[in-house]
Amino acid sequence: MTHKNIRIGGLSRVEGEGALLVRARDGRITDLRLRIYEPPRFFEAFLRGRAYDEPPDITARICGICPVAYQMSACQAIESALGVAVNGPLRDLRLLLYYGEWIESHALHIFLLHAPDFLGYDSGVAMAADHREPVERGLAVKKAGNELVATLGGRAIHPVNVRVGGFYRVPRRQELAPVAEQLRRARDHALATVAWVAGFDFPDIEHDYRFLALRHPEEYAILSGTPAVSDGSSFPVEAWPEHVVEEQVPDSTALHARLDDAGGYLVGALARYALNSHRLSPLAREAARDAGLGEVCRNPFRSIVVRAVEVVHACDEALRIIDDYVEPDVPAVPVEPTAGVGHGASEAPRGTLYHRYHLDGEGLITEADIVPPTSQNQARMEMDLRELIEPRLNLAQAELAALCERAVRNHDPCISCSAHFLDVHLDAR
Amino acid sequence: MGTRESGSRPRMAVWKFASCDGCQLTLLDCEDELLSLAAEVEIAYFLEASSAVGPGPYDLSLVEGSITTPEDAERIRHVRRVSKRLVTIGACATAGGIQALRDFADVKEFASVVYARPEYIATLDKSTPISANVPVDFELRGCPIDKRQLLEVITAFLACRRPVVPSHSVCVECKLRGNICVLVAHGTPCLGPVTQAGCGALCPAFNRGCYGCFGPADTTNSRALNTKLRVLGMSDPELVRVYRTFNATEEQFMRASEEDQGPEEDRA
Repeated sequence: MTHKNIRIGGLSRVEGEGALLVRARDGRITDLRLRIYEPPRFFEAFLRGRAYDEPPDITARICGICPVAYQMSACQAIESALGVAVNGPLRDLRLLLYYGEWIESHALHIFLLHAPDFLGYDSGVAMAADHREPVERGLAVKKAGNELVATLGGRAIHPVNVRVGGFYRVPRRQELAPVAEQLRRARDHALATVAWVAGFDFPDIEHDYRFLALRHPEEYAILSGTPAVSDGSSFPVEAWPEHVVEEQVPDSTALHARLDDAGGYLVGALARYALNSHRLSPLAREAARDAGLGEVCRNPFRSIVVRAVEVVHACDEALRIIDDYVEPDVPAVPVEPTAGVGHGASEAPRGTLYHRYHLDGEGLITEADIVPPTSQNQARMEMDLRELIEPRLNLAQAELAALCERAVRNHDPCISCSAHFLDVHLDAR
Repeated sequence: MGTRESGSRPRMAVWKFASCDGCQLTLLDCEDELLSLAAEVEIAYFLEASSAVGPGPYDLSLVEGSITTPEDAERIRHVRRVSKRLVTIGACATAGGIQALRDFADVKEFASVVYARPEYIATLDKSTPISANVPVDFELRGCPIDKRQLLEVITAFLACRRPVVPSHSVCVECKLRGNICVLVAHGTPCLGPVTQAGCGALCPAFNRGCYGCFGPADTTNSRALNTKLRVLGMSDPELVRVYRTFNATEEQFMRASEEDQGPEEDRA
């Protein structure tokens, strides 16, 4: 009888903290647990008793990498509770801000966190010694995204200009000109990036994913849409609590989500691409085609190509919004506190992010629920790891551990959102 | 900040405790400086950015996040032991951050709201700043920290001098920037008069009142500000909430949120 145990402690190049524990016996995995050891953070509890206009600032602090996603899901949930709709140029500005976050977050993952796996480096900085040009390209793309967020939001991390109903101040047309210039260059860099990452050597593995992503009748859904599943079903955002149930697992401060009584579904870049690729901008579609992506991509290692395509799309769409921009008459639509329940969902760079708020008659929050992308992906990440490792248990321990880390990094887990980062323990005797 | 042996590149480590990752991300957001910084400093331990883990000791440790678990209370002692200089970055590390809202509540009840099986969750009753656990050489404020101030701190370390980081209020930055005072001109509630500068007076530049994310300035008169805020229509519960966000347990903000209720002229 042979045993194999793999422990990977302190998973790197993910945002947050986590560990992976794997036990194998006679070529079969007997136990596999992705442990989240980020200290528990009680956001849903803090929010009770706070006013309806506070969640955009408070929930931004859940994640420093995707604060805009939290602000957008929070605003939309509260606006739905208050019976307010934000449309027209104010909605366009929200989209523009969100594209900025997508660009910076995806560039961070592609160049500094994910690409080093394919080229055999410990970090983006180490990779830059031999691959200076692509890394500088990546930093330029990232900077353009950050500039866009800072132009609209005041700063790149935890922007200050977002409020329920819209913004505190809207930009003048001419204020957007410098960032448009950066975005045009970033779009070219992004196209070059798609070609660069498409040439990486990808492990030959596909998973039978069940995907979930928002779907929008006219857009590659980011800001809003209807939750849709790759089996053809969909449900309104308001029905989210009936379809997605979070469960607690021992040893973890993240909650595991289950969709329609079955675990293991995937949100994020691969899910969006599978469900909505026909809504990508023509340039992004062309880049995807040239990269040989096809209609659906089930190889998680290739998600780096999908993210690069999404950066092309985000630059392209951001430039379209800037070109068409007409300064709104008011920076925000008026809102009055009232009792109600509101649901909101948007596509964070890492996947669908759902918020729900219950408000009392004075506009104070009585109950809050937040379902971040990483807790939704956690069960599916464990399945990825099982399917990846089991046929490869004969590999050397170090090689196996490295492969596990890569498999987790494929999904860009923002472990600080649910949850946090990886420490891999592979116990394979 | 003391002397260093010449010749070798100083070794830097970046540590995370309970936090959102935003302050350490600020380092990666120095797109124009990152590669040249890496030439000056050996980034020996930075899990968010690198899987290479260089052993201690480290010449400079940047610490993000607050202490909220028994394990982290131990881990920060280890970090202190292996660090010649320890600089805390961001409101979680300097003030306990938003996690310190638990200090005003029952953390067991909090756990039961978020987790079905709170017995699996190991957590402390309070979220404490790093300085409450180990000696700290410098504290850089902000939620999140400001990129220029972070570069100033690292540059100062390399030059063996103390960082130049102002401790005056946001009001001074507003004047320097030429902002119209949102409090006086628009009647918008603003914590600028009692909040430390560093952000560049961002919120007033966006027609918004400051919400205090850099914590209290060196000298504050919150009683006078509270009187003004009440005149503008803020209720007592609103006043408590406005001081209890990301630096809630900083002494001046704590006192400001607990001041006598009602307008100043009614007390005598």
